[in-house]
Amino acid sequence: MSEVKSTVFLCLQANDETRGVIEAIERDNEHASFDYQPGMVRITAPGTLTVRRETVEEEVGREFDLQELHINMISLSGHVDEDDDALVLSWDR
Amino acid sequence: MDIAVTKKKLGLKERYALMTRGLGWEPTYQSVDDVFPMDSFEGIKIHDWDAWEDPFRLTMDAYWKYQAEKERKLYAILDAFAQGNGHLTLSDARYINTVKLFINGLAPLEYMSHRGFAHIGRQFRGVGPRVACMMQSLDEMRHAQTQVHAISNYNRYYDGMANFRHHHTYLPYLQVPRSFFEDAASGGPFEFITAIGFAFEYVLTNLVFVPFISGAAYNGDMGAMTFGFSAQSDEARHMTLGLEVIKFMLEQDPDNLPIVQKWLNKWTWRGVRVLTLVAMMQDYMLPKRVMSWAEAWEIYFEENCGALFRDLARYGIVMPPCVEQVRKERDHLSHMAWCQFYQARGTNNFHVWLPSKEDMDWLSAKYPETFDQYYRPRFEYWAKMEEEGTPFEAATPPQQCQVCQIPTIFPVAGDPLTRAEHSCTHDGERFHFCSQWCQEIFEDEPEKYVQAKLGAHELYKGNLFGDADPTAEDFDPMAAAMAFLKLTPEDSGLHSDSRDAANFDLWRGLAKANEA
Ligand SMILES: [Fe+2]
Ligand SMILES: [Fe+2]
Repeated sequence: MSEVKSTVFLCLQANDETRGVIEAIERDNEHASFDYQPGMVRITAPGTLTVRRETVEEEVGREFDLQELHINMISLSGHVDEDDDALVLSWDR
Repeated sequence: MDIAVTKKKLGLKERYALMTRGLGWEPTYQSVDDVFPMDSFEGIKIHDWDAWEDPFRLTMDAYWKYQAEKERKLYAILDAFAQGNGHLTLSDARYINTVKLFINGLAPLEYMSHRGFAHIGRQFRGVGPRVACMMQSLDEMRHAQTQVHAISNYNRYYDGMANFRHHHTYLPYLQVPRSFFEDAASGGPFEFITAIGFAFEYVLTNLVFVPFISGAAYNGDMGAMTFGFSAQSDEARHMTLGLEVIKFMLEQDPDNLPIVQKWLNKWTWRGVRVLTLVAMMQDYMLPKRVMSWAEAWEIYFEENCGALFRDLARYGIVMPPCVEQVRKERDHLSHMAWCQFYQARGTNNFHVWLPSKEDMDWLSAKYPETFDQYYRPRFEYWAKMEEEGTPFEAATPPQQCQVCQIPTIFPVAGDPLTRAEHSCTHDGERFHFCSQWCQEIFEDEPEKYVQAKLGAHELYKGNLFGDADPTAEDFDPMAAAMAFLKLTPEDSGLHSDSRDAANFDLWRGLAKANEA
């Protein structure tokens, strides 16, 4: 990779369903920043961003299928790697 | 047949393998090449279709479940919007013109996209991309439908939307987005998915939906905000599909590199030209603005596409050369476009206005290098003409670029006071272009682009008169063209003179007070 560290991002609707998800992302990604725009939040992170199912479940207090994210996802960048436990966005492969 | 539900849930990867790859079969009485005749003529070489990975691993059953959920949410809000006179909660009646731009310019592209993906979902011989294209085809149909439904709540009250399909085909300014999609859909399946997946989804939709929809939210438009977010929730999957196809082509054979690079160059430029409309919408049409076009460009192109091109560099892909010019035009684009639409307001199906003093101060702050020097004096001059009762209006339609179909209003990059002129001769006929880049696209496939029907040119050729008889004594060419275009005086002109502005004020007044 070149010297410039590419950022990845995830835009989610800012609503009741995503509040816990956003909190979970905050807990698991210390390097991420959160930009609240009307109706949405844009989460950017240098390198990688991870959404972990376990952390989301702790935050929302119920079982959570990571594919539920599709309902409130607005946009993203980076390569996606998803399994049952985590959704990872990154430019490094 | 019902699919048996096992007690123990399968993992995502296993489920995906069974529900996607497991659905394909080897043909026995026809050759594979005969079943899929269209995925090789473009020259793209694929050796192993099974190497394809769908990153989201979405299976059809999960797809239906989540899409149904999106629809339930959307229609609940659309009902509330219609029942609660949502159109009167807008920040300002001028905002409605961005909705017009959307239904006329963008919603028909969603339908084109549906058709295109249905087509290539049939044409790829790999099962993984076929399933992904089928899902995208269904998504795009949903986008077209939900946008028409949502915006019909505006069409009941305001002008400029009732003939969106006809206008999309014939109004000169709408030929810009239309020609983009027709160009893509008449390419082969790999070019189509590169054009749409990369240029339309990855470059354009971020710049269209995110600022537009955030702008809708900011301007009190619940309906547009909701259908926008609902559609955009599918775009994350679409852009991932587009990028996956690009990587897949590049990984499969080194001979694919020059073809893919050519397409990226072409479609970056085609996409950016369509974005002219979005730039203008962001800087001039939103009464309450979210971010300037220049700021959106920095985030969604420089940062986001920059990251993509750095990533593709490992395959030998370089940033398209047109990007240099795009950077030079960044601080001019929206201003040039709004000036053009102001002058040509007689053939628009939305209303225009001159920026107020406050608007211009915002524009100077966002565009310190260009606005005060090149555009403020023009707007102030036109404002004076309006005050004096002699508003300026262009008397003739402009020349359009043979490829992107935008009027050839662009200056030489880096020299804002000289108009760029590019032309070439093909088969004894002269063709004009907005730029070197559109000319290069033309010269690569001239047989394709000579067929373009440019609105202004068709008018001069006499092809926009419908049933009117041009030899009749009292023949009025402009009236005949307007009737053919289904363009009424209420659809166009200045916002301040419009029926929309008067009605909005009247209805909002009624909504706030009791009748005496
Ligand atoms: Fe779409
Ligand atoms: Fe052009």
